[in-house]
Amino acid sequence: MASNKDYVIPEPEKESGSLPSYVFGFASSIILTLVAYFLAVKHTFNGYTLITVLVELAIVQFVVQLFFFLHFGKGKSAGFKLLTLVLMIFFVIVVVLGSIWIMSNLNYNMSPKHINQYMLQQSAEGF
Amino acid sequence: MSEVAGMTEMKISEHAELAAERKAGDEKTLFGFWLYIMTDCVLFASLFATYAVLHNNTYGGPDGSKLFDSGSVLTETLILLTSSFTCGLAMLAARARKKRQVIGWFIVTGLLGLAFLGIEIHEFIGLVNSANSWRRNGFLSAFFTLVGTHGTHITIGLLWMSAMIIKVFKTGLSRATIRRLSMLSYFWHFLDIVWIFIFTVVYMLGMR
Repeated sequence: MASNKDYVIPEPEKESGSLPSYVFGFASSIILTLVAYFLAVKHTFNGYTLITVLVELAIVQFVVQLFFFLHFGKGKSAGFKLLTLVLMIFFVIVVVLGSIWIMSNLNYNMSPKHINQYMLQQSAEGF
Repeated sequence: MSEVAGMTEMKISEHAELAAERKAGDEKTLFGFWLYIMTDCVLFASLFATYAVLHNNTYGGPDGSKLFDSGSVLTETLILLTSSFTCGLAMLAARARKKRQVIGWFIVTGLLGLAFLGIEIHEFIGLVNSANSWRRNGFLSAFFTLVGTHGTHITIGLLWMSAMIIKVFKTGLSRATIRRLSMLSYFWHFLDIVWIFIFTVVYMLGMR
């Protein structure tokens, strides 16, 4: 006799991680966080070098947590998850880099000097 | 086949089919939740984009290096990271059907999340009291929106976590409950991943 509610067939769980993978993910993330923190606070690098290094550390930690905490790549819909992840990253890059580029361009082209130049040019052309 | 008070007997193969169907259904539900997480990432991307554009617009006021406290930022980051780890431990316990461990680890995760929120709210109150609220300039406007939205997500996650803890306590680890715990753990891990970028872009780059 059985209820049709939640009879569970014992089965090896392929989608979950294991304790060693969580511990490795945790330890790596701590190290990456501390490295980023001390590089920033001790001013080890300057300007664009620092930005690059910190962003790279963040991306590495993101990938670590993606694989060791979120178990990305396991499970039956792993292919679909990859596709949607890539699409999301594409949108993120377009939104972030696009906004920075456009606003920086506007900021430059609409400075008083450029506006004056433009208006002088326009009035010289008879507008 | 005999019917006893409304319960019917099924053959083993029918059980297996039903279980497999339900498992496939769970898989699709989890993928649907993953899809939602992806859209939430795009939401955060727009807030990051706004912050990137406005982070120098201090209108003559102090910038991040003067407003952010590196010690509390590191502390709250490590706290949230640990809570993501303990959430993982809770899910391991769920797969092993260990109800008490699930409750225990989710309580630890929730307390760490609460500690994170406490530090963050304390920082916000400090900023507002020192005339550095979101009304002061574009930089702070973007800061409070980005970090505040993350904090709101954490708050909702904690409410969800409390509900799940109570549910597991009262009715145990059914397949539906484990599915919901999986979605909660996706949500919680995703919040830590977003925080990695807030920590890096807002605080670390802001304090150099």
